[in-house]
Amino acid sequence: MRDLILKNVSFSYPGGFLAVDDVSMEIKGGENVAIVGQNGAGKTTTVKMMNGLLRPSKGDVLIGDMNTKDYTTAQISRVVGYVFQNPDDQIFHSTVESEVRFGPKTMKLDPAEEDRRVEEALAITGMDKYKEENPFNLPLSIRKFVTIAAVIAMNTDILIFDEPTAGQDMEGNKRLGNILKTLHEQGKTVITISHDMEFVAAHFKRVIVMAKKKIVRTGTPKEIFWDMESLDRAMLKQPYVSRVCRALGIEGDVISIEDAVKAIRDRG
Amino acid sequence: MDVVIECKDVTYSYPLTEKPAIENLSVQIERGKFYGVIGENGAGKTTFCALLRGFCPGFYKGVLKGEVLVEGKKTTEYGGELSAKIGYVFQNPFTQISGVKDTVFEEVAYGLENFGVAPEEIERRVIDVMRMTDIEALAEKNPFDLSGGQMQRVALASVIVLEPDILVIDEPTSQLDPEGTESVFAIIKALKEKHKTIILVEHKIDLIAEYADEVLVFQGGRMIASGDKRDILSDMSLLEKGASLPQVAILGDELRRAGFPLKEIPVTEERAIELISGIMKGGKKDA
Repeated sequence: MRDLILKNVSFSYPGGFLAVDDVSMEIKGGENVAIVGQNGAGKTTTVKMMNGLLRPSKGDVLIGDMNTKDYTTAQISRVVGYVFQNPDDQIFHSTVESEVRFGPKTMKLDPAEEDRRVEEALAITGMDKYKEENPFNLPLSIRKFVTIAAVIAMNTDILIFDEPTAGQDMEGNKRLGNILKTLHEQGKTVITISHDMEFVAAHFKRVIVMAKKKIVRTGTPKEIFWDMESLDRAMLKQPYVSRVCRALGIEGDVISIEDAVKAIRDRG
Repeated sequence: MDVVIECKDVTYSYPLTEKPAIENLSVQIERGKFYGVIGENGAGKTTFCALLRGFCPGFYKGVLKGEVLVEGKKTTEYGGELSAKIGYVFQNPFTQISGVKDTVFEEVAYGLENFGVAPEEIERRVIDVMRMTDIEALAEKNPFDLSGGQMQRVALASVIVLEPDILVIDEPTSQLDPEGTESVFAIIKALKEKHKTIILVEHKIDLIAEYADEVLVFQGGRMIASGDKRDILSDMSLLEKGASLPQVAILGDELRRAGFPLKEIPVTEERAIELISGIMKGGKKDA
């Protein structure tokens, strides 16, 4: 189990635009964490520093005993997998299976192990039925799962999903929830960026809120979604059921429909 | 009823495909109303939009049976003038951006130039719409240097500036944060107040419930339900058919199951608060 630690990390793009400003966080091995915040808050830049796609201008990124400073992006990518926000930035093979096989193939595994990883990744993501398809014949929301499968097949300890909920329907969100659960049971560390507050409330134990290049607060979903000051600073809203309960004067910690029914029953 | 678009028993197949993308679709779109189009991915929502705009079969080819009428005239009989009647915002903003303009300002002005509008009027309209869609700060940027969310706003602005009577908008908020999403819905609401007809594909069902008038539900190439949003979005059976329903509707249904005598299933936050506060003050629930 490797912990992932960011120590006073900042990042400026060439040209001087500061995208992340003195961010520190600690994510334990095996943890399932969500990062939320507005477009432009620094979420994607932060996670890209975790897998060496971007290098901090200041501060350190530690993965277990590795300081990313001392490793190449290729070496880090064996430990931290990253699923791009736009699947089309990632896909370049003509079938779903070859796309998913590409990563394990570069690792020179035993062929049986390579097969096993590919099959497993396809099965976890439900992409086995599209194996022979050209990824570009699939809708964007399904294409996203192809890229998730490709990263799962790398079998890294840490996985980063950048806005996997964008454009997903109910079935897609359900599938994502199951993928997160499976990876968690396998002991993986998963970091997910999402704009979908209902999804975050339902699937994560810890939430990191970012705004204006910095971390606003880290806490459980119940803490975060009832901290109106932090939500305001990050221009976020409570989940719908929390909003309804708040308007009804049921203050506290409702973040799901189940919680809401219970709270209303207790008052009723 | 003032029907602006009508589909009469429309079945459409893309080239080289066996299964139609849309089957036996009949629907009337009333002028000035806001329609939310919902359903699972692959249900035919985008094809429905492309049919209204004449891209199916005009651009994508394929086989169209039945008729799509815009203001009484078949889409297949229109030439370029359909583009002046119907503004179309693509799902993928990359598809929308012309690629021939170097700045966001020019990109937004591009359509008006093509319509031969006077330069002073172009400038005035572009500035207005950029303010409305909150992209003024991006005016000098190259459209391809924008983030996905910014590009979605530019794509929307490029269409609104043309002031079409009908807007067909395919998932305009998929890349946007909650604040950005709300602002797009505020823009659509403002367009509706200008009596535009709006057809919006969107997965964010709670916002459809808040803003739309009517809802059309698609599954597997068929329209399986349509009508007033309050009737459609409170129909729990749609959950088994791949459609999402508002959080407050699911809450209402759960409360009923728990024995609370809710007189209807709310679809908006405001109505949910009204109904639930009523039963809370009303005291005891049934048995």
